[in-house]
Parts: sequence; C-alpha cells; structure tokens
Amino acid sequence: MIPAAWAIFQKDLRAEWRSRELLSAMLLFSFLSVFVFSFALELQRDILIAAASGVLWVSVIFAVILGLNRSMAAEREMGNLDAMLLAPIDRSAIFVGKAAANFLFGLIVGVILLPVISLVYNVNLLDLRMVGLVALGTLGLASVGTLLAAMTVQTRAREMLLPIVMLPAILPILLLVVRASNGVLGLTPEEFWVGIPALLIVLDVIYVVMCFLLFSYVLED
Amino acid sequence: MAIIQAEKLVKAYGLLPVLRGLTLSIERGEFVALLGHNGSGKSTFLRLLTGLTTPTGGHLTIGGWQIPQEIAAVRAQIGLVAHRSLIYEALTAHENLVFFGRLYGLGGRDLDARISDLLGRVGLGKRAHDPVRTFSRGMLQRLSIARALLHDPAVLLFDEPYTGLDQTAMKALDRLLLEAHGGGRTIVMTTHQIDKAVQIAQRAVIIARGVIAYDHRTDQLDAASLAAEYARVNS
Repeated sequence: MIPAAWAIFQKDLRAEWRSRELLSAMLLFSFLSVFVFSFALELQRDILIAAASGVLWVSVIFAVILGLNRSMAAEREMGNLDAMLLAPIDRSAIFVGKAAANFLFGLIVGVILLPVISLVYNVNLLDLRMVGLVALGTLGLASVGTLLAAMTVQTRAREMLLPIVMLPAILPILLLVVRASNGVLGLTPEEFWVGIPALLIVLDVIYVVMCFLLFSYVLED
Repeated sequence: MAIIQAEKLVKAYGLLPVLRGLTLSIERGEFVALLGHNGSGKSTFLRLLTGLTTPTGGHLTIGGWQIPQEIAAVRAQIGLVAHRSLIYEALTAHENLVFFGRLYGLGGRDLDARISDLLGRVGLGKRAHDPVRTFSRGMLQRLSIARALLHDPAVLLFDEPYTGLDQTAMKALDRLLLEAHGGGRTIVMTTHQIDKAVQIAQRAVIIARGVIAYDHRTDQLDAASLAAEYARVNS
C-alpha cells in the first residue's frame, strides 16, 4: 500500500507544481478572509486580538474545503478516479496519498497565515506551539475532508455539499484548536488549555483511523 | 476456453434495471464489438467487467476469476480505454505513464523502457515530455491506449473509443486496435459505429433492453446487413 500511496502523493504535488491552481486559490481566499474579518471587526485592537485565533481557523477551514473540492473534482473530471480504482491497489492507498497531499497544502496555508494575521491583527502568532497546533488541526481536517470529498464528489451539488457535511464533523477539532490558540496568545488561563494538544492528538488518531477504514466503502458503487 | 463468461447477469440502479439476465461468452484472443442504443447496457457491462460497479445478480468471471469476489486478480488482467481519457492534464505524457505504472507495481528501468516503447508505438515519442493539456483529442486517445497497455493486460476494454475523433485519428486508432489485438489479446469494444464493428472486430454483439439480442461473426457480415439487424432488434 505504501508505494501506491507515495505515488499518489507525489502525483498530487507534481500536478500542483505544474498548475499552481490549488495553493494559489487557497492562499488568495484565506488572505481575503483575514482582511475582510479585520474590516468587519472595525480595526478595534482588543476585538482583533480576541478574534485572531478564530479568524485563523475559519480561514484555514474554508481554504481547506476549497482545496478539497478542487482536488477531488480534478480526479473526477477526466475520470482519473476510475483509473486509480482500476489499478490492483488497496483503495486505502488512495486515501493515504490524497489525505497526505491535502494535509500538506492545508499546513502550508496555515503556516503562511500566521505572520499575515500577526501583522494585520497586531498579535504574535509566530510561535512554534502555534505551528504545532496548525499541524494537528490540519491533520484532522485533511483526513475527514478527504473522506467526505470522496463521497460528495460523486454528487451533482458537490461544491455545496462538502461544507455542509464537513463543518459539523470537524466541530470538535475547531473548538479545541481555537481554545488552544487563544491559550498560546495568553487569552485563556494555562490550566484551561494545556491538555488540549494531547486531546487533539487522540482526536486526530481517531479521525485518521476511522477515515482510513471507511474510505474503501465510500468508493463502492 | 472462454476468458470472459457472463451468465444471467443482472444490474439495476435502484429500481431501474439496466442488464436483465445477459449471458455472453468471449473466447481468449477474440475481438468483440458491442453495439446498442444509448442506455442499452453496453457501458454498464463494461463497467461490470472492470469491477467499477458490482452485479446485482448472475455470475461474471474474467480468466476464471469471479467478479466482484476476486476483483484484485481481475484488475491486473484488464486495461480500459474510455471515452474520457483517464489522464492527468497537468502532467506530461511520460509522468502520467510513470504514475500509472507505479500503481501497477512497475518501476525502474523496466518501466522507463516500456514507456518509451509504448509512446513510440502510439506516435507520441516526441511529445513524451509535453504537458497533456496541450494534446489534441486524438493524441489523448492514443496516450490513453498506451496507459491501458502499460501492464500488458490480457483483456482490453474500449468504451466508445471513436467518440470525438476526426478521420485521421480514427484511422490511427484502427491501426492501434489491430496492433493491440495482434498480440493475442482479447478486446471488447463498445461502439455506435456499425462499419467499424464489421471492419475491425471478429464478432458483433448487439445488446438491446439489457440482453444479447444478436451475436454473429463479422466475416459472414457486411455493414448493411448488420445495420439492418441493428434496426430490427431495436424496433
């Protein structure tokens, strides 16, 4: 399974390097979200600081959804998903390869947003703990998102359907990462968030294992 | 001995039956053209052969392997050329074939040699490192054939391969189909082109209303008589 998953991961990176469609759209969308929120919050410093981590995660989540829709649609358009399904490989390899690529794209967007939000919202998100939280949060988003995108891509209303089914599923991740991010910013007392990264790791393991096991079934006819 | 054996094959999508007890036997090395109206069940039969969809009832085997129970063994034996190219437009022709080769467990120098040989045979040797998005429909179809032949399958399935091709591309496709068949492969091709079925295939099979309505060798047929049979079974 590993060689096939690695081939799929490399193929996604190579296709993105050539087209630069996915990351540029995700980055542009997330930058716009950050700026729109800053104007909506009327540039009041105390409000901006309190909202910074929420803005970070909402921007990351919507950028990841945008990327997932595009990534799976690209597989569907030319029938490439069928071509992969025709190969004598474990279907879970498709999940691992696609989820790994989606995780990497989400991680890049999240990490790039840290200095951008720090600058626009006048807070300090440039902290290794924040990078760790972005990685843990994005891992859960990418695994759940890859599974759900594989389901919704087979429907006509896929662009609408993915956010509708994905947002409730990732709510636990969102609640935990926002609280932990506020903790890193010093907005939450340490005792209220110090255990959250461990909880996030457990949640990620549950999500990754569940999605890995379920992926073969969602591709069934 | 039959390489493809379908017995009383049934496929329904929800309450809508598409195949209603189709029985067909295809010998090793045969070239069979499947004809039929849109919605007659040709493409569904092909999808069942690939394992991309599962039968609702009946029995289906390829090379003695049961579908869907032994689908992994079946997949290693089949190649599919669909009317969609099943190719990544952002990658080059060479990169596409490397990717699909790796999914079939191929790699290293053997894979590189096989890719060079196949791209040369389909006339894309000089375009190996060009992005596929710059290819014409005919070139995409030829690359698709190279992809399907990559793992040297015993059975090649073509789903309406002539769709969208001009006369030159059709002739090139004829040549490639005959070349692929020349290696002793079994070929099953769905098509609406009655003249092509008579010209290239050894056997013409018409599916109507989900069952085999006509089955005849083409060496005793001409296009006009096949067209007449086609009209009769679909009336």
